[in-house]
Amino acid sequence: MYDWLTEHKIPLGIWLRDFVDLLTTHGQSVFDFISLVLGGLIGGFTAALLWVPPLLLIAIFALVAWLVHRSVGLVVFILGALLLVTNLGYWQATMETLSLVFCATFVCVVVGVPIGIAAAHRPWLYTGIRPILDLMQTIPTFVYLIPTLVLFGLGAVPGLISTVIFSIPAPIRLTHLGISSVPPALYEAGKAFGATKTQLLFKVELPHALPTIMAGITQCIMLSLSMVVIAALVGADGLGKPVVRALNSVNIAMGFEAGLAIVVLAIVLDRVCKRPERRSRKG
Amino acid sequence: MSAVEFRNIDIVFGADQKGALKLIDEGRTRDEILTATGAVLGAAGVSLAIERGEICVLMGLSGSGKSTILRAINRLNEVARGAVMVEHKGAMIDVARCDEATLRDIRMNTVSMVFQQFGLLPWRTVRDNVGFGLELRGTPATERRRIVDEKLAMVGLTNWAEKYTNELSGGMQQRVGLARAFATDADILLMDEPFSALDPLIRDKLQDELLDLQRRIHKTIVFVSHDLDEALKLGNKIAIMEGGRIVQAGTAEDILLRPANAYVAEFVKHMNPLNVLRGTAVMRPAASLPREGDQVVLDKSGHVRLKVDGEGRPLSLDVDGRAGLLATADGEAGVIDDKLAHEADCIVAPVDLKLKAAIELKRHTDLPILLVDNLGRLAGLCDDDEIYRGLLRRLDG
Ligand SMILES: Nc1ncnc2c1ncn2[C@@H]1O[C@H](COP(=O)(O)OP(=O)(O)OP(=O)(O)O)[C@@H](O)[C@H]1O
Ligand SMILES: [Mg+2]
Repeated sequence: MYDWLTEHKIPLGIWLRDFVDLLTTHGQSVFDFISLVLGGLIGGFTAALLWVPPLLLIAIFALVAWLVHRSVGLVVFILGALLLVTNLGYWQATMETLSLVFCATFVCVVVGVPIGIAAAHRPWLYTGIRPILDLMQTIPTFVYLIPTLVLFGLGAVPGLISTVIFSIPAPIRLTHLGISSVPPALYEAGKAFGATKTQLLFKVELPHALPTIMAGITQCIMLSLSMVVIAALVGADGLGKPVVRALNSVNIAMGFEAGLAIVVLAIVLDRVCKRPERRSRKG
Repeated sequence: MSAVEFRNIDIVFGADQKGALKLIDEGRTRDEILTATGAVLGAAGVSLAIERGEICVLMGLSGSGKSTILRAINRLNEVARGAVMVEHKGAMIDVARCDEATLRDIRMNTVSMVFQQFGLLPWRTVRDNVGFGLELRGTPATERRRIVDEKLAMVGLTNWAEKYTNELSGGMQQRVGLARAFATDADILLMDEPFSALDPLIRDKLQDELLDLQRRIHKTIVFVSHDLDEALKLGNKIAIMEGGRIVQAGTAEDILLRPANAYVAEFVKHMNPLNVLRGTAVMRPAASLPREGDQVVLDKSGHVRLKVDGEGRPLSLDVDGRAGLLATADGEAGVIDDKLAHEADCIVAPVDLKLKAAIELKRHTDLPILLVDNLGRLAGLCDDDEIYRGLLRRLDG
């Protein structure tokens, strides 16, 4: 029985490989197109960030943080953190990572929020995609790293795609949560005054869900950041690269510095993304 | 013409509408229908016409279906059978069957609503909440601002326009709700227990304000309440519901004097009749007073006689052969000039004099009260006897 079982192996892996082969042979133009668009997006964004003189950009970041949060402590922290990163020599890598994180978050929001809304309106759809979302978050990253590599080639794009796969469940889930927790009374107030479906979405559901969606986006940024090292494995530029290189050459100094830069960036992003307190009594 | 009319509507919550309707036709109760089909009976065989400019109060215990039929008027609830006619732009439209565009038009322009839990949008300021309906309708910003300011002034919240709703007290929030409902200038207002979440003092104040507004703007108001005093205070017409059916609809007096069944009687038992009953309900009608020629005999011994003209208008009073003096009272307040009262032999008051006012007059003057209709014709007599009898009949019932 045992022998029979082992001798008649179900070729699951082969099937998947064949499927990926099928995609590469017949859908190559589609993937090339996606690759081109995403590559352009991320390349353009990185170039823009690197075009501005570092010190000016640091000043701009500090100013924006001040305008949003009005907190001296935060501004001082951001200035210190970014100057430290520059001092260590990781300015360019930091900007590349920032660009990757932002592009991944952008894609996640553009794709994830509409999916979340659609799922909130159709319970069956949510039932359907929930296991997929669980899968996307639990499956080891390396497993889908290989097919993305095959489909999109080396570089920033497979890194971006892997990052998106890993972090898109957060905005989808939280958008779904935000929209489906709109109190029935508010729907009725909208309907009673003649709101169309679109008006309900934009004037009732989205404003109500906004804090939750923002939380989802913050989570998405953090999850994306946690993917930088993995993304570096498939050739995406950024702070992951020195980490990988340090790993390969057992370079403790470089590994520590690059790691520190990632942590610093994570803290900065987390603090900046936190929702400023509303000045009214309750949120 | 009616502004809103329910024509024999049934409302069923649940999948098995057909089965439930069949059981409704067999006259089964809500519990029986629930066990048999799993569907909840919301309303059954409800027919009610609400006239233009009237405040109609839907009353009943919790779960009796008040909100259910109210919400059928703007189709927040679907009706399973029957028609809900609403006067919209001069025509009667069946809301239960009309198309989406008409429904939306009705909701935007003809019917607006005030909610028990206010239903305000917490991320909007008071101003933007009041302008919500106008915004959905696409009213330009400047026009919207003008209307909103006007409505805010109407409910006394001008200084609060830029606040968020959660910075306001409950009473103020409901004023915002009222202003929002008034802003679209709809002819029909639906109010689902708008004052129930408020404390009694504020509730009383808002009721007065609503009555005051209504005197100026003459909307058709359908008002849900489970508080009989509120219903009697506000309603021109009261419909009492039980288990999804209307058991009685009529004026406050009707319901008080002639409760249709034990449920209604129980409802009105603890109610103070003095504010509700009017002269008409207790008086001895003119037709049943003994007559001698053109004279109406007012007392048992025949000493007091009233001479009336051909139309029945009082001309003069004869007390034991001497000419008596008729004094006219202010019907609303039940007051009469003291000096006049001292010299008079009989008081003349409008026929819709409240019983409370009549007792007040009697206490002051101890004179019989002649009730006249709005054309000045003698309608009836209201003396101690009638008042006591009126009260007793009420209490007996
Ligand atoms: N959307 C719904 N789905 C299922 N059942 C409902 C729904 N709305 C109302 N019902 C049922 O219909 C019945 C009447 O409810 P309704 O809300 O009209 O009562 P009510 O008279 O307004 O009571 P209350 O004073 O508590 O507001 C109740 O038994 C309720 O359970
Ligand atoms: Mg109710």
